[in-house]
Amino acid sequence: MAFPHLLELDGVTTDLSLAEGTLRAVDGISFVIDAGETLGIVGESGSGKSMTALSIMRLLPRSGRIVEGSIKFKDKVLSEIAEDEMEAIRGTEIAMIFQDPMTSLNPVYRTGWQVGEPLRIHRDADADAAIAGATDLFKQVGIPDAKRRVRQFPHMFSGGMRQRAMIAMGLSMSPSLLIADEPTTALDVTIQAQILDLLRTLNREHGTATILITHNLGVVAGMCDRVIVMYAGRIVEQGRTEDVFSHPEHPYTWSLLRSIPRLDAEAHDPLLPIQGSPPDMVHLPPGCKFHPRCPFAVTRCSQEEPSLLQVREQLARCWVTQAGTQLSA
Amino acid sequence: MPEPLIEVRGLKTWFPVRAGVISRVSGYVRAVDGVDLTISKGETLGLVGESGCGKSTLGRSILRLVEPTAGEVYFRGKNILRLRRGGMRRMRREMAIIFQDPFASLDPRQTVGDILGEALDIHRLAPTRRRRRERIADLLGLVGLSSELGGRYPHEFSGGQRQRIGIARALAVEPSFIVCDEPISALDVSIQAQIINLLEHLQDQLHLTYLFIAHDLSVVKHISDRVAVMYVGKVVEISPAGDLYSQPQHPYTGSLLSAIPIPDPRLERRRERIILKGDVASALDPPSGCRFRTRCFKAQPRCAESEPPLNTVNLGVHQAACYYPLA
Repeated sequence: MAFPHLLELDGVTTDLSLAEGTLRAVDGISFVIDAGETLGIVGESGSGKSMTALSIMRLLPRSGRIVEGSIKFKDKVLSEIAEDEMEAIRGTEIAMIFQDPMTSLNPVYRTGWQVGEPLRIHRDADADAAIAGATDLFKQVGIPDAKRRVRQFPHMFSGGMRQRAMIAMGLSMSPSLLIADEPTTALDVTIQAQILDLLRTLNREHGTATILITHNLGVVAGMCDRVIVMYAGRIVEQGRTEDVFSHPEHPYTWSLLRSIPRLDAEAHDPLLPIQGSPPDMVHLPPGCKFHPRCPFAVTRCSQEEPSLLQVREQLARCWVTQAGTQLSA
Repeated sequence: MPEPLIEVRGLKTWFPVRAGVISRVSGYVRAVDGVDLTISKGETLGLVGESGCGKSTLGRSILRLVEPTAGEVYFRGKNILRLRRGGMRRMRREMAIIFQDPFASLDPRQTVGDILGEALDIHRLAPTRRRRRERIADLLGLVGLSSELGGRYPHEFSGGQRQRIGIARALAVEPSFIVCDEPISALDVSIQAQIINLLEHLQDQLHLTYLFIAHDLSVVKHISDRVAVMYVGKVVEISPAGDLYSQPQHPYTGSLLSAIPIPDPRLERRRERIILKGDVASALDPPSGCRFRTRCFKAQPRCAESEPPLNTVNLGVHQAACYYPLA
C-alpha cells in the first residue's frame, strides 16, 4: 500500500556524536513533498539542511544517526528498511546532486563511464549500451558534442559541465525525487542561471519532484513552489514561497530578507543586519533558538521553545507571531 | 572633476605557462590584459566579473602584490611601478587589502594583538609599548570588537569576527586606499550585512577609497559609486552604479544582471532571462576581436575582426566596449 505523499518526514531527529558531546543536527523535522513539486530548504551553514538530505538518503557520516521519527517514500519506510533495499532506491528512485562538482566525479574514470554506471548496475547494461545511454543523457542536460565528451576525463570539463554531468548521472534512472544540495553555489552566476534553467526544464518535462537546498533566497524565489526555513536544526517557517517572502511570520526569515542587498533596491538603502552570530550547535540557548538575535523577542522566548504552528497562510515557530503580532519595520 | 587617487594605464599582468621537461614557456595566461581605470578620492569603485576574469589579479597588481607585466599605476600622481624597494615600502603605508577568507588569512599561531602589532612594527608606527597597546585597542574598537580580545587567537573567533580582525589589520597602517577582495563571500548570509555596514561606516569616518571586488552584483550595486565589469582580462563596461544597473550597454553586463536571482517570487516569475551559451573563454588563448563574442547573443562578423574600444556612451561617464550595445 502506498503512502499518500511521495515523501513524508515525520519528526525526524538526527544526532552527530562528536568529541565535545552529542550534537542534535536535525531536531524533529516534518514535511511532505508530492510528485512534480519543487521544495526549497534554506538556512545558513550548520542549520541542518544538508543533514536532513543525508538523513533521507541514509548517507549520514559514521558519527550520525537518526534517533527518532520516520521517513516514508512511496510505499516504503526508508528509516526502517534494510541497507540493500535502500541501496536499490538510491540512484534509481531518489537521486542526489552535491554542491561541489569538482570532487563528486572520480578523476581516473572517463565521464561517460561514470554517468553510465547506474545503467550498468541497475539495468544490467553492457559497456557500449551504458556509454550510449550516457551520450543521450549528456544531450538532455545540454552538454555539447556529447559523443566526444563521454570519452573525456573530468579534468577536461569546466565546473558547469561537471555539474551537468552530475545531473545527468542523477537522472539516468528517471528518479521520482531529486535532492539538489547547493547545486550552484560553487558556480559563477551565468553558469548558475544555466543550471537552474536546466533543473526547471527537467522538473517541467519529467515531473521530477525536487528538493532544492540552498542559502540563496533569490534562487528559492525563482525555483520553488514551497519553502522551508531552517535555523539551529529546526524548521522555523514553512509555507508557499509567495507567502513566506511577502509576509514572513518568523523573525529570522523577516530579518534575513531585510539584511541582503537586492539588485532591484535603490543603491545606498541601508542594510539592516542581523545582530550576533549563528548559533553554537553544541551549546544552544534555552527557549527559542533565535531569541538572542531577535528584535521582537519577549520574556517567554528565552524560557520556552515555541512549536511550529499555523500563522496566517504558513507555519511559523514563534511566540510573537502566534500571538497575532505582525512583523513590521 | 573629483581628484583622482589612482590612475591605471594600459595595465597588463601575464603569467607564463611552462610545459615540458625543460619548462619552456609555452604561453601566457593574460589575467589582466590592457586595463585603464581611474579611482577618485573617497569613492568606491566596484569590480565585478566571473571567476578567472582577472579581477583579483587586477586588484593585486594595483597594490603591486603581483608584479604587472606592462603599464602604469599612478598613486597620487606617482607611478608606483617605477618605485624601488624603499620607496615602495613607504608607499605601502598608503594602501591595504582585505582578503576573502578570514580563516586562511590570519596566522593561527599569532594572537590578535600580534597580528595587528606586526604592521605597526614594520612601519614603526608605535614607538613605545604603551602606544602600541593603545593603538591595538583603538583598532579593535574601530571594527566593533572589545579591546580586551587582543590576547586571543584567531580560532577563538567566529567568521564574522575574524573578518573584522582582517579589516582592523588593513587599517593598522592608516591607509587611504583599500582593495576589498571578496570580503564577504565566505561569510554566513546573516553576517554579511554587518560587514558591509562596517566597511561603509569606516569609509565615512576615515575618508577611505575602496576598490571593492566581488562576483555578487547585488552587493556591488549596494556599496559602489561606480562599477567596472571585467571579462577575460578586460574591462568591458564602466559606469556610475545606478546607470549600469538601469541601462547596461554591454551584452555581457546585461546577461550578468539577468542571471542574478532576486528574492521576490512574483518578480522572479515575470523576469526575462538571458541564458548564455557555453563557458567563459580562456585567458590563455582569448578569442580574436571581442572576447565575449563566443557567448554573445548579438555577435556579428565584425566582432571577430577587431576589438571594440571602450567608448563613451553617456555624458562621458558611462563607457562600454561593444559594437552593438544594448538599447
